Amino acid sequence: MKTAMYILIMAVVTYLIRALPFTLCRNKVKSPFLQYFFAYIPYAVLAAMTLPHMLFEGKNPLCAAFALVAAILLALCKRSLITVASGACVAAFVAGLFL
Amino acid sequence: MNKNSLFKQGLSDGVPIGLGYLSVSIGIGIAAVGGGLNIITAVLMSMTNLTSAGQAAGISLIAAGGAFLEMALVQLVINLRYALMGISLTQRLDPSFTTGKRLFLGAFITDEIFAVASSRESVNVHYMYGLAIVPYIGWAAGTLIGASAGTVLPASVTAALGMAIYGMFVAIFIPAMKKSREVTLAVILAALLSTLFRVVPFFSFISYGFSVIISSIIAAALTAWLTVRRKAA
Repeated sequence: MKTAMYILIMAVVTYLIRALPFTLCRNKVKSPFLQYFFAYIPYAVLAAMTLPHMLFEGKNPLCAAFALVAAILLALCKRSLITVASGACVAAFVAGLFL
Repeated sequence: MNKNSLFKQGLSDGVPIGLGYLSVSIGIGIAAVGGGLNIITAVLMSMTNLTSAGQAAGISLIAAGGAFLEMALVQLVINLRYALMGISLTQRLDPSFTTGKRLFLGAFITDEIFAVASSRESVNVHYMYGLAIVPYIGWAAGTLIGASAGTVLPASVTAALGMAIYGMFVAIFIPAMKKSREVTLAVILAALLSTLFRVVPFFSFISYGFSVIISSIIAAALTAWLTVRRKAA
């Protein structure tokens, strides 16, 4: 029951963020500070989630470190989302066999 | 173009997005089961949320037993980018987008759907319908596969597959860092701050969700302030 409540909150908040500006706003954001802030926030959020999660959440931080390095190298080589994501998985799995 | 060919065009543009979502949402399904959700709630979450970063954070927060208000704030901050994408996309909508259709199709704004739709001169509702279908099905189906597999696959395999979603995040911010020094600064600041919050015992009162919010807001605001100052100089 509590899980359903969590999911409901997630769904309602996420829907409102998406649909309300899409439906209501017809003007562009004027403040340069806010324009930059909105431009940077997605990447900042992803980075804030990725590094600590990879290093501290899993059972073996070394495997995660390998996954992170593989993902960064593949991303630097301009590989697609799928290739980078699979590369991270393969690196973590292979590292897990040896560590 | 008539509405049929617009729909078909959208449908085919959505296929690569859907395939990407299928593979990434397998990781989400596995993470959801690992975080204590069952198959039904895992799939329900994907069908009602359609967001990788938001769901990954939501699953961690459910597993940690976070407060409802914290959950709402985490989703607000993590998904704030959709508000900006929505505003940006309104500039390209043709008159076929009535208020009701905006309210419905707004639910399908994701990073990738936004990126593909924005690459068109003007966006018609029938194109948008087509574009949203395959990614939506891929996201739900992948979650179902991952949540089912998560209960039978060995831990070494699920742990490795759980890296998929974070690999995808890396694939999103690395190319942006190559293009912009400011994004590079924001990414490094956010990663360091959130790691700091986890490592330094003094900050242990800050939960996972709030550490993501605080570090990303500080990093983005500081970088935005520096950018404004530099451009003014």
